[in-house]
Amino acid sequence: MSWEIVIGLEVHTQLSTHTKIFSGASTTYGAEPNTQADAVSIALPGVLPVLNKGAVERAIKFGLAVGAHIAPRSVFARKNYFYPDLPKGYQISQFDLPVVGMGALTIQVEPLSGNAKPYEKVVRITRAHLEEDAGKSVHGASQGMTGVDLNRAGTPLLEIVSEPDMCSAAEAVAYAKALHTLVRWIGISDGNMQEGSFRCDVNVSVRKPGEPLGTRREIKNLNSFKYMQQAIDYEVQWQIDTIENGGKIHQATILFNPDTGETRAMRSKEDAHDYRYFPDPDLLPLDISEEWKESLRATLPELPEARRVRYVNELGLSAYDASNLTSSREMADYFDTCVNTVGVHAPSPQSSPASGRGGERENQSSILAKLCANWLTGELSAQLNRDGLDMAQCPVTAQQMSGMLARIVDNTLSNSGAKEVFRTLWAEGGEADAIIESKGLKQVSDSGAIEALADEIIAANADKVAEYRSGKDKLFGFFVGLAMKASKGKANPAQLNDVLKQKLAG
Amino acid sequence: MSLSTADVQKVARLARLAMNNTEIEAARSQLSGIFELIAEMQAVDTTGIAPMSHAQDLSQRLRADNVTETNQRELFQSIAPQVESGLYLVPQVIE
Amino acid sequence: MFNSSLTQLGAALRAKQISSVELTQLYLDRIATHNPVYNAYITVDAKTSLAQAAAADAQLAGGQAQALTGIPIAQKDIFCARGWRTTCGSKMLADFIAPYDAHVIEQFNRAGAVNLGKTNMDEFAMGSSNETSYFGPVRNPWNQNAVPGGSSGGAASAVAARLCAAATGTDTGGSIRQPAALCGISGIKPTYGTVSRYGMIAFASSLDQAGPMARSAEDCALMLNVMTGFDERDSTSLQRDKEDYTRDLNKPLDGLRIGLPKEFFAEGLSADVGSRVAEALAEYRKLGAVIVDISLPNTRLAVPVYYVLAPAEASSNLSRYDGVRYGYRAPDYTDLADMYEKSRAQGFGEEVKRRIMIGTYVLSHGYYDAYYLQAQKIRRLIAQDFTDAFEQCDVIMGPTSPSTAFNLGEKGDDPVQMYLSDIYTIAVNLAGLPGMSIPCGFGDNTMPVGLQIIGNYFDEARMLNVAHQYQLATDWHSRAPL
Repeated sequence: MSWEIVIGLEVHTQLSTHTKIFSGASTTYGAEPNTQADAVSIALPGVLPVLNKGAVERAIKFGLAVGAHIAPRSVFARKNYFYPDLPKGYQISQFDLPVVGMGALTIQVEPLSGNAKPYEKVVRITRAHLEEDAGKSVHGASQGMTGVDLNRAGTPLLEIVSEPDMCSAAEAVAYAKALHTLVRWIGISDGNMQEGSFRCDVNVSVRKPGEPLGTRREIKNLNSFKYMQQAIDYEVQWQIDTIENGGKIHQATILFNPDTGETRAMRSKEDAHDYRYFPDPDLLPLDISEEWKESLRATLPELPEARRVRYVNELGLSAYDASNLTSSREMADYFDTCVNTVGVHAPSPQSSPASGRGGERENQSSILAKLCANWLTGELSAQLNRDGLDMAQCPVTAQQMSGMLARIVDNTLSNSGAKEVFRTLWAEGGEADAIIESKGLKQVSDSGAIEALADEIIAANADKVAEYRSGKDKLFGFFVGLAMKASKGKANPAQLNDVLKQKLAG
Repeated sequence: MSLSTADVQKVARLARLAMNNTEIEAARSQLSGIFELIAEMQAVDTTGIAPMSHAQDLSQRLRADNVTETNQRELFQSIAPQVESGLYLVPQVIE
Repeated sequence: MFNSSLTQLGAALRAKQISSVELTQLYLDRIATHNPVYNAYITVDAKTSLAQAAAADAQLAGGQAQALTGIPIAQKDIFCARGWRTTCGSKMLADFIAPYDAHVIEQFNRAGAVNLGKTNMDEFAMGSSNETSYFGPVRNPWNQNAVPGGSSGGAASAVAARLCAAATGTDTGGSIRQPAALCGISGIKPTYGTVSRYGMIAFASSLDQAGPMARSAEDCALMLNVMTGFDERDSTSLQRDKEDYTRDLNKPLDGLRIGLPKEFFAEGLSADVGSRVAEALAEYRKLGAVIVDISLPNTRLAVPVYYVLAPAEASSNLSRYDGVRYGYRAPDYTDLADMYEKSRAQGFGEEVKRRIMIGTYVLSHGYYDAYYLQAQKIRRLIAQDFTDAFEQCDVIMGPTSPSTAFNLGEKGDDPVQMYLSDIYTIAVNLAGLPGMSIPCGFGDNTMPVGLQIIGNYFDEARMLNVAHQYQLATDWHSRAPL
């Protein structure tokens, strides 16, 4: 019997403001406990909230980026519940009038198992609203006690709520990743998942096809895509098993334990379902003018989806490469810089505007783009991974990288020479041309020299030449190897191949 | 209107107010009287009237995103019931 | 000296007839003598007050004196004042030393005034008799068995008994005007948003507004000049130019249209109060005013609407008192939930708990639309009544309270009767309008009667003018109980 899985996400993304949403206290991560807990953060009697413009701007930018309706007037409400990390006894949030209305996000789904092909899907975003974060409970701070650190209390969050449009862990993860990319791309959040800047609550239910929606359970506070996938897989199986064994699913808030790979229901907040929302009398309605909205729209960069499509359609990249290159704005911008700069550094004679036809130019730029894409998604990404760095921390600038790529394009560097240059750029910095010079990595492309080299190899290996000519084609590699060795690896491989092939043919 | 004992117990629990049975009963009787007074407004036809949350019809003023607050932990925690290593202490929280 | 106006005191200080330290000491001595009876102050800190007085004397000597420099002012114990115990009349905050200044306190400090002490009040400003204070009831200087009104009962008692030059109060449903009426003094609650609420401990945020309580309208004007002003830390603070509220005091009242709402003179109004108000209106006619009959048809709904909205906001505003970061924590508890429930049950008094319960109930699931939303809609109808009324008149007048001061304990067991005594003042808060009370004679029991003056938004200067002209023609405001 088959089951349908229904998944919706609520993502809390911390906005990258300098100060809290309702006070001028710093939001810098990692400060000593309660040193960034000002009078408003600890809810002293008599203090009042004043809304941070930076937080609102970021919410508007997000709404625009997902094509959502920006509410001309939205309202802040109080969500009332008691918890030690919630100093006022209520959280200021938005309830029935959120700042961002219905929008959508296009995602590229990579099925996690089987031979299924990647596909595209549009996930609807129900709403996004501004709210304040709670503080942190530090367990075991003292014998039998919990410590409360309110540095995080009041940090601005944008809670992004999706429709239950996802029907597999792969789709949920793809959506979460796309959202994660987007919030960093448009510069509204650092998206740092270890520091809790991007936390996902996942609502999961199962049903038989055609039946009404099943009861959902909410997996709270997932802060890694890997855990999200594991948690969903476990939860889906648990729900199916429960129902198939004659049990019933009860609505619950659950936690995922990465150590056991299991989910379990939370014990606290048992009466948290009566939040007694009402409009916050300390805050007036938030009005967003058309002018303000449009001025923010003008600051938005080309969005990841638009750029992905452009890479495929205009640069002729594969869907796979285009997705990888648009996984972060740093990567995409790096790529764009390389493509644009290499062209300048290595003007190909064939592609000069005077002689080239349009199609040829496109072809040239496509080859160039493919070269850049290969290096970025290949060598560069691998090295970043090895060193545990993200693109923003990459020690090789796009300009440095372009200097090297240009020398590949103009045949100065062989592939192995290029790797050598790259390793040096990574470890020591510098400039490609200087490294090529000092390490003598310039490949030999002089046809006379290569012909002489080929002649030399053929003359010294008459017996093998005879074998080759009698049909033992496999020996071709042997001659290439010898010639390469003789040239100390500097011979242009393509040229050498051509020449050897020609000469061996007799 | 009259409130039930269960209503009052639920409200006391939501509001985090410890109340014994005598107190619950006293509260029930007083609150019922108050809700009789409040019930007067139920008969009013308010169709099409927008709720009024604030005394003025103004919009929220926005604050520039600049740090204005400094660390005052020592002062603030000098009036706290129980602190240790800069943390406010409460009985263990179980999630 | 104790009967001098703020203007006279200011002149005496500037003329070096008396120093601020001397004046402050005189008041401190008087407080020491009389406060044990009236219980008008919760906290007096002679050392701090005298230090402020000495600083004021330096300013006076340097010729930098402003209107209130060196004048001892009593602050309602709802305003956080750095270094001062700030209790809000509650056991919950009985040991709370405020770590910062409210905007109102800053304004008085900037003006060079002396903080003479923190006045008693109903717990968290919830009450109309000052009987809900954790620090004991305040007595009315006109009759020690009578209540002073509430919630700013300590302030009213202190002004009436001449235990300060002037005082601050706050008014959520009448808490300045009603005690002013019951103690025979003048008090004005300005337009909502005129005085910053920053540092003023919240009761019902959309209704709370601070204002002065003093011996005359002129003194109120001088106090208001100090208290008002834009404050960026309060989102509901209005961005308006600073006004001089004394500017119109001496304008004649010829042609002033006084609206009399018929609903304010209906069942429930004591005959003696009604008579004094009628006499005051006769006086106004003599001063050139014309009386216009108006209607505020939703007046009777103000009480139920208020007792939904104010407790709803209060139930949420008072959630921060959980014994975690400051304030009372129960000595014994078994776990976190027990700590919350016991700290709050022991830290809050009966009236506060009652209102938290009402507020929690009306906001809870299934009741929100019927209570909270309905109350907010009727609030708009009530505000609209005033807008319509002000088409026909310049100010509205009527009684402040249905009766004169009742005796301590008289209404203690019946919250509904207590709530109904706010009937004339509450609607003004719901609409956000300015309202004032001035003394207009005495009732059958020789207790003061208050005349309420309600103005249109931002019409405080005119209201003060209207009150001042009456006080030039009458002497009710200068009668003293002692």
